[in-house]
Amino acid sequence: MLATLEGAVIASVLVLTAMGLSIVFGVMRVVNVAHGEFYMLGAVLAWYVSSVLGVNAVVGFVAALVLAPLLVGLIAAAADRLILKHLKYDPDRTIVATIGLLYIIQQTTLMTFGPDARPVAPPFNQRLALPWFEWGENGLEMFWPWGLSITSYKLFVIAAAAVVLLSLWVLITRTKLGLIMRATQQDSETALAFGIPVGRVYSVVFGLGAGLAALGAVLVVPIQQAHYLMGADPLLLSFIVVIIGGLGSLPGTVVAALLIGMSDGIISVFFSPTLAKIIATFLVAMVLVWRPQGLFGRAVT
Amino acid sequence: MLEVQGIHAAYGDVRVLRGVTFDVQPAEIMCLLGRNGAGKTTTLKSVMGLLPLGDGCVTLAGENLATLPPHDIPRRGIGYIPQGRRLFPELTVGENIEIGLMTRSMGKETREWVLELFPRLRERLKQTAGTLSGGEQQMLATARALCLRPKVLLLDEPTEGLQPSMIALIRDVILKMKAEGVAIVLVEQRVDAVLQVADRVVFIENGTSVKTATADDLRKDPEILTRYLGV
Ligand SMILES: Nc1ncnc2c1ncn2[C@@H]1O[C@H](COP(=O)(O)OP(=O)(O)OP(=O)(O)O)[C@@H](O)[C@H]1O
Ligand SMILES: [Mg+2]
Repeated sequence: MLATLEGAVIASVLVLTAMGLSIVFGVMRVVNVAHGEFYMLGAVLAWYVSSVLGVNAVVGFVAALVLAPLLVGLIAAAADRLILKHLKYDPDRTIVATIGLLYIIQQTTLMTFGPDARPVAPPFNQRLALPWFEWGENGLEMFWPWGLSITSYKLFVIAAAAVVLLSLWVLITRTKLGLIMRATQQDSETALAFGIPVGRVYSVVFGLGAGLAALGAVLVVPIQQAHYLMGADPLLLSFIVVIIGGLGSLPGTVVAALLIGMSDGIISVFFSPTLAKIIATFLVAMVLVWRPQGLFGRAVT
Repeated sequence: MLEVQGIHAAYGDVRVLRGVTFDVQPAEIMCLLGRNGAGKTTTLKSVMGLLPLGDGCVTLAGENLATLPPHDIPRRGIGYIPQGRRLFPELTVGENIEIGLMTRSMGKETREWVLELFPRLRERLKQTAGTLSGGEQQMLATARALCLRPKVLLLDEPTEGLQPSMIALIRDVILKMKAEGVAIVLVEQRVDAVLQVADRVVFIENGTSVKTATADDLRKDPEILTRYLGV
């Protein structure tokens, strides 16, 4: 039960991060290797913003929640304009370019903010006791308040991720911008022939993808500290999620993120984080062998 | 209205167009004829700005289109019906029409007007475009382009793979647009269909426009067809 909740927290953050990677790949066919660095940048900026404004933990956190993803999104959009656009979004060359971007962002962060791990104070952090039922000697027993507990902040992370996901779904399916994004994804040349400024759409999408990673990171820094090397794990996990869910399939991404996040949480609590990673990687291999298009992806025709 | 002057274009290093020249006036149907691979589709793409021009120029009512960013070209009033329809297959019929309306910020009135032209589409607004029949897809591609209330309409083999009743429907729509004063560029393989509607014909051979003829010329001298098309 506790493990499930821990898993749900990991899954919530992972859903946002993987969604960003998936949207960028889906619309632009760009594999963004620097995605984990946008996550890291979100976390570090969250620390920076909240420590500059940090009279009050709540004010600092709310400011970080708004500013960090916004800044990261703008940086990513600029990177799209300056680099990816000039490579004409060629699939191979953009991989190399985003690897370069990965090191640029990492080293710039190291030089600007230093190598220390930085904590961010959670805006609220009550310990919540959860009732736990167990079938014991005297029939059904309830353990409370000393059975299980989770902090209110972790519940907030889960709720926030759900809200963001829902807004994203509304954005994509119900708004004009979403319609433009979907049209561009399906046929960018025809989109251009109908007046859609495809280059601008790509910048927005790249910024949105990076912003989602940064948002996940801001949610996570009160639990894990911000550090300039923290981008590798989310990158790997997001790739695993996107491959299992099906490249570019958004529902697939959500399901796979929940699956991987939950199992990562559960296995990490009962066994070890290493085993969790091994199992996830094994799953990827199985999916690639048996269903290369992913669980929800459509076969390329 | 639309003037194409000696354009050259290439896909990367593969040079495809080497001097294509023609023009089309309001209420006129100009047909591009040529063998497979002659460069007809490439010509239309170049007009839409989807390929960079190597040389030559395209002007619409005196304005040089090559200086515009490509997404502004349709906004000047050029509706494009690509070869093979090129619908947004996972969008619904309604959403495909919406994309067309957005190009030049057209409203409900225009939407009603195209749905009057193609009542079949109204019954299928919520269906995804990829699941429509071939004929319905062509109706939708045509409707999407008409949503721009175009001054110039480019059609690339609109009757390809359609049954006769559908071909007649498309032809009626083309003639209706002509009557409303639209300048029409039509790429067509079926010579008999062309002769019924065309005002003028341009022959394209190996990426070069080699001959322009009026419909009268062709009627008087059918030899021209044999000479340039080998039919
Ligand atoms: N994307 C591309 N990359 C490279 N070459 C291309 C591309 N598209 C077309 N071509 C080449 O350009 C030439 C002209 O093609 P285009 O499609 O314009 O011919 P077309 O006259 O429309 O033929 P069809 O009647 O078969 O439609 C052909 O030789 C074709 O192989
Ligand atoms: Mg063609």
